[in-house]
Order: sequence, then C-alpha cells, then structure tokens
Amino acid sequence: MSERAVYLDHAATTPMLPVAVEVLTSHLRDRGNASSLHASGRRARRVVEESRETIAQALGCRPGEVVFTSGGTEADNLAVKGIHWSRTAALGEGARLITSAVEHHAVLDPVHWLQGAGQAEVRLCGVDAEGRLDLDELARLLAERPVSLVSVMWANNEVGTVQPIEAVVALAAEHGVPVHTDAVQAVGTLPVDFAASGVDAMTVSAHKLGGPVGVGALVVRREQGIVPLVHGGGQERDVRSGTLDVPAIAAFAAAVEVAVKEQSTHAARVAELRDDLVRRIQQVVPDAHLHGAALDVPGARLPGNAHLGFPGCEGDSLLMLLDARGVECSTGSACSAGVPQPSHVLLAMGSSADDARHSLRFSLGHTSTAADVDAAVEAIAPVVDRARAARR
Amino acid sequence: MSSPAAAAPTGLRVVAAMSGGVDSAVAAARAVEAGHEVTGIHLALSRNPASYRSGARGCCTIEDANDARRAADVIGIPFYVWDLSERFHEDVVEDFMDEYAAGRTPNPCLRCNEKIKFAAVLDRALALGFDAVATGHYARLERGDDGLVQLHRAADAGKDQSYVLGVLDQEQLAHSLFPLGDTDKPAVRREAAARGLLVAEKPDSHDICFVADGDNAGWLREKLGERAPNHGGEIVDDASGEVVGHHEGTYAYTIGQRRGLRLGRPAADGRPRFVLDIEPVSGTVRVGPRERLAVHALTGERPRWCGTVPSVLEGPEVTVQLRAHGAEHRAEVRVEGERVEVRLLEPASGIAPGQAVVVYEGTRVVGSATISATQRVPA
Repeated sequence: MSERAVYLDHAATTPMLPVAVEVLTSHLRDRGNASSLHASGRRARRVVEESRETIAQALGCRPGEVVFTSGGTEADNLAVKGIHWSRTAALGEGARLITSAVEHHAVLDPVHWLQGAGQAEVRLCGVDAEGRLDLDELARLLAERPVSLVSVMWANNEVGTVQPIEAVVALAAEHGVPVHTDAVQAVGTLPVDFAASGVDAMTVSAHKLGGPVGVGALVVRREQGIVPLVHGGGQERDVRSGTLDVPAIAAFAAAVEVAVKEQSTHAARVAELRDDLVRRIQQVVPDAHLHGAALDVPGARLPGNAHLGFPGCEGDSLLMLLDARGVECSTGSACSAGVPQPSHVLLAMGSSADDARHSLRFSLGHTSTAADVDAAVEAIAPVVDRARAARR
Repeated sequence: MSSPAAAAPTGLRVVAAMSGGVDSAVAAARAVEAGHEVTGIHLALSRNPASYRSGARGCCTIEDANDARRAADVIGIPFYVWDLSERFHEDVVEDFMDEYAAGRTPNPCLRCNEKIKFAAVLDRALALGFDAVATGHYARLERGDDGLVQLHRAADAGKDQSYVLGVLDQEQLAHSLFPLGDTDKPAVRREAAARGLLVAEKPDSHDICFVADGDNAGWLREKLGERAPNHGGEIVDDASGEVVGHHEGTYAYTIGQRRGLRLGRPAADGRPRFVLDIEPVSGTVRVGPRERLAVHALTGERPRWCGTVPSVLEGPEVTVQLRAHGAEHRAEVRVEGERVEVRLLEPASGIAPGQAVVVYEGTRVVGSATISATQRVPA
C-alpha cells in the first residue's frame, strides 16, 4: 500500500528531504548537552548555533531572533500568549487580541483559551469569499481599542490563500501594535523574509518544509517583549526552556536552507502540476469548484494547494474511497474526537455547513510527480459518483 | 432445516462497526479471517462528546474511538470515523426523550439498530460499494430452507442480544454479519487477548451510551427542560387513592420501578410498593403492591418482521421476550396488520409500554413490536 501510495497531503506533512535525513542521522550518536560547559557540550552548542545562523540567513532575520520550539503549535502558543501577556502588562487589562477567522487551531485555540480564562478580549477579523483578510474590518478593529497583538497567518493551510501581510503590518504599525504571523505553510513555497516583512514574530515548522517532526521555531524580534510559556533552564534566551534537540535542529536547518534556496523553482514546478490537476479534475467532474484564490493570480495562492468542492458528496466518503485506491488527500477539516466538523475556514468564507463538508484538499510537494496527478485524475470521477450515491 | 449462514459467501466487502469494545474488535478480526475484505468504522454519535457520557465505557468518547482505531491497526484493516451524530440525535435521542415525556419506557438500543447501525450505516455502506455490515452483537444468522436469512439467539444465553436485533427486516439481515454468535463471552475475551487486542479486558457496557453515569432521570431533567410534560406531581396509592408522596417529574419513572420513590408514608401492610402507572398529563404516578404489576396480555404496534409476516403463532415453541435480558414467556400471538395481540400463558410483571415485545419460535426471532398497552390480571 505505502509503495504505490499517491501522496497528495504535503500540507499535513511532507516527506523529509534526503539532506535532512542525512544530517539528522549523522548527529544521532553525538554526545553532549548543548548547555554543558565541557568539550562535548561545546560541540553540541556549536551545531545548534550554526543551525540558528543558517536558519537566520535563509529567513532574513538575526540569529538571536530564532527561538527553537517543539514545532509550529508551540511557537504559535508562545507568540499569542507570550506577546499578549507581555503587552497587557504594559497596556493594562482590557487590551484586545485580533486574529483572523481562518487561522489554524494552533492560533485559534490559545486565543479562545485566553478569552475563556478572562485574560483577553478577542476579535476575529473576517475574510472575503476567497479567504483573504478584510483589511477595512482590520482597520476598524485596530482603531476601536488598545490592541495587544494582531496574529494573521502568512498563507492558509486549508484553502491556500495568501494573506496581505504587508498591509496588515502597515495598519498595525499606525497603532504601534505588534504582528505575529504563522508562516508554516509559506516558508519554502513562497518568498519569506522576516525583516523585510516587518512582522514582529513568525512561526516556522520543520516538518512542513522537509525537516523532521517535533522541531520548529518562533522568530521574534529582540525588542519584542514576550512572556515564556515553558520555564526551567532558560535555554533559549529565557523565552523557552528545555534541553535542545541537536540532531533535529541541525536537520531543520538543513531543510530550511535547501527549501528556501530552491523555493522559486520548486514553486513553479509544483504550481504547474497543481494547475494540471485542477484543470483535469474539472474536466472529468464538471461541477467541481475551486475554493480560495484563482490559480492565475500571481502570489495569491500556495503553489501546491488545490482545494476543491464536490457538490452532493461527503468529503469523508471521498477521502475513504480515494484512500482505498491509494490516493491520499485530506478533507482539510479539523477533527476533534474523530468527528469531522465543517471547516471553520470555509464557513468564514461564506460556505454553508453542507458545502463545507463536500470538500477535499489535495496538496502537492517536493515528491509529487505528473504520475501522481494522472492517478488522482483517474480515480476521482468514479469516486465522486459513488460518494454521490451514498448521499442520496 | 437450516444451515449456518457462515458457510455463505466469503470475499465480501464488509464494514465492521467498531465501538472500541472487545466484542466488535473480535468480530472484525473474525470477518477478516472468514475471507472478507474488511474496513473498520467507528460511529461518531455525539456532536459534542463531552456532553454525553465520559469515561471508558459506552460508544461516544474520544478514548473509545482511539481504542477502535488501535484494534483496527492490530487487525490490519483500514479505519475511519463516520459521523452519524445528526441522524442519531434525530432518530434515537429525540425519540428517547419523547417516549419518556409520554410516560413510556423506550429501548434506544433497538432504535439505534433499526435506524442507525442497520439502516443509515448499512445504506451508506451499500452505496459506497460494500456488501455487508458486521457487528459484535451476540446473535446467530442461519439460512432457512425457504432461502430467507433467519436470526437466532446466540449460543451464549447469558450474552444473547437477539432481543435488540428483533427490529431487523429480511433486507437488513441479508446484509448483516454477526461473527460472535457461536461463542461465549469468556472465549471472546481470551481470543482478543490471544490476538493482541488491548481492549480484551475492557469492561462491558451496560448503560445507555448517551446518558452520563447511567443517571437517566438527571439526564432527562436537563435535556427535556420545557418539553417535560410536568416537573412534579403526586404519587398516589392506586388502591386507596391516597397521596403517599411527591415526585419531580413523571419522566423519571418506569413501570415496575421500586427504588427512588421516597414515599413519605409506608404502606398499610408494610410491603414495598411499585410504580403501576404513569400519567404525564395529570402528573400522577400510581403505586401499588407487586401483584398488581401482573400482566396477562398486551398489545404491540409498529411491528417489524424478520421474514414472512405471520398471522397466528401458538404452540410450545412460541415465546416472547419483553425487555433486554428478560425471561422468555410462553405466549400466543395474533397479528392483525399493524397490531400485534399477545396473550401470555403465565402472567408477567413489570411490563412497560414503549419496550419491545420480541417474538420467538424456538431460538428463531420472528419479529418485534413496540408495546402500546398491557392488560393487568384482574385484582
């Protein structure tokens, strides 16, 4: 099964790049805690710091701005809670936290948790039918009250819509409000430069760009106040504690370096495959419709993302039937207790609950081939027919 | 006369409904071994698992979904969660509330089998290209000489679940597999352990899966709210007409109930009293001595027949069962369209309208009906 699988779920996780596997395994037998003072410790620390410099170079930040975490979720939690807490200490109670209605749960859940705990008043900024942030609404929200933080993702993980981060930064700057962006889907697929973007904090995850699972980083400006979530040792400049995972960090850096270097050729190649996939699916299933930004608008959409609605189908049925044919994709919806909920992203874009449940996300990545596209196109029509019968 | 249906075709495409418990896990494993191509599914029946039951038992928790997934891994079959929560709420939970509000005692497991497991799930499975649904129910299927599939009591009389399957019609039975029907529970647990299924020691579930802690009355009080016919009334001695206590809602009572009456005054004769009647409109609960519960005839409605529709059933082989895990009662059964008249050869007690009467001929299930009225043995 795994041999012949057509893997079209790279947005969930993408296979590790060969260089990352090599670097990871080469460090697994290393001795030494990066915080130890002896020679072994210094060697480990050197690997970490070289990795930090590599990542900083690739992402356009200073090495001291890279805070290693256990992954994207922790980095998002650290940014949202840590900056909000730091800012409320200065602004006083009642500061508002603004985020978008289409964020990943790694941002939405901590935001709602803060609200539930009585620690934040939250405003979710709406999006248009393509999932793009409503900048007029953001401007209004920023003008109403003191705001602790604006958190808007660089690109949406479900429908692939790229957000107008530059405009968000400009609006927030008028009010002196810091901006955090979850860029886990963007690094390696879009040009991302931390300093040039003007954001104050940015989440990066290794396994979305060809590194290992379990490591990521929050890039955060040195001047930005941030309250730590994890105490105990102060390894990452007291913002984050915990013994550093040297092999994973080294592999993360190796993956970032390659992914960023090859970003433009990778994006062009994957976008061509994706465009072919969408066009041919719409040929065999004429009422299949694309969610999110149009394919032909440059920079509006993640290059590997094809999010399609299939009217009259349950996304779950489609997924199961494609899986049985070796084609692996996602319904793109969050799954709590295994109960598929209609996607909050599609609902925010104005879909009905029913429409939100008839969708599939195909996401292409560095291992995707034209043969994968052929296989998905071949499988989709009979699968849609069957799934439609099951709904009747 | 009949042959085991297990000798019937192999190589079917089968959906195994996996609750996360030991029975359905072993049933799925046996379906694989019988040569079927099996896909495990877990039914998500609650939109918001926290609002239903929590803990290791029942069918609605995240833990149970994970247990089912792990069992599917061990067996080596694909696994998915199917969201049936809306259908379950409409067809089972709402019905459960309506029935209690009307002073009857429903059996939601039968309802779930009739409307969800062997209807919504089966329909979806057939449409998606599957041939049958397998569950961990303890019951046997055989092929009769007439070619019809027959439903029989399980070999393990203590675990027999044919009662809750008595609502299945021929079409549903023809697309069902019950791989555990020939085995007793201890053997199923041993087999689960031998197969490396970690659920082998998981406790059996007994309560209603969507009612937390088995607290029916508390659950109904919270959920019924405005829909409750009353939120209190009198408990009246049926013989004397005296008010002997008060209650907080008729929906909390079931006929034959003795516990929880909290009667202020003992009976004149000092003997325990039981719920005889529930009157939701006046809000009255009538109580009396045990012998007043004796019933010698009852009427059923909404019949469901497993095969050919009978007209008159009598003789030593004919029995009825009147509640889950209840006794067999010899009976004569007459079917008049949508009405089923049952005369019990010996009186039975504690028969509550809303429960199912399941009719057997020997070990074979003939069909079922919902009890609408009972006739008491004259005092």
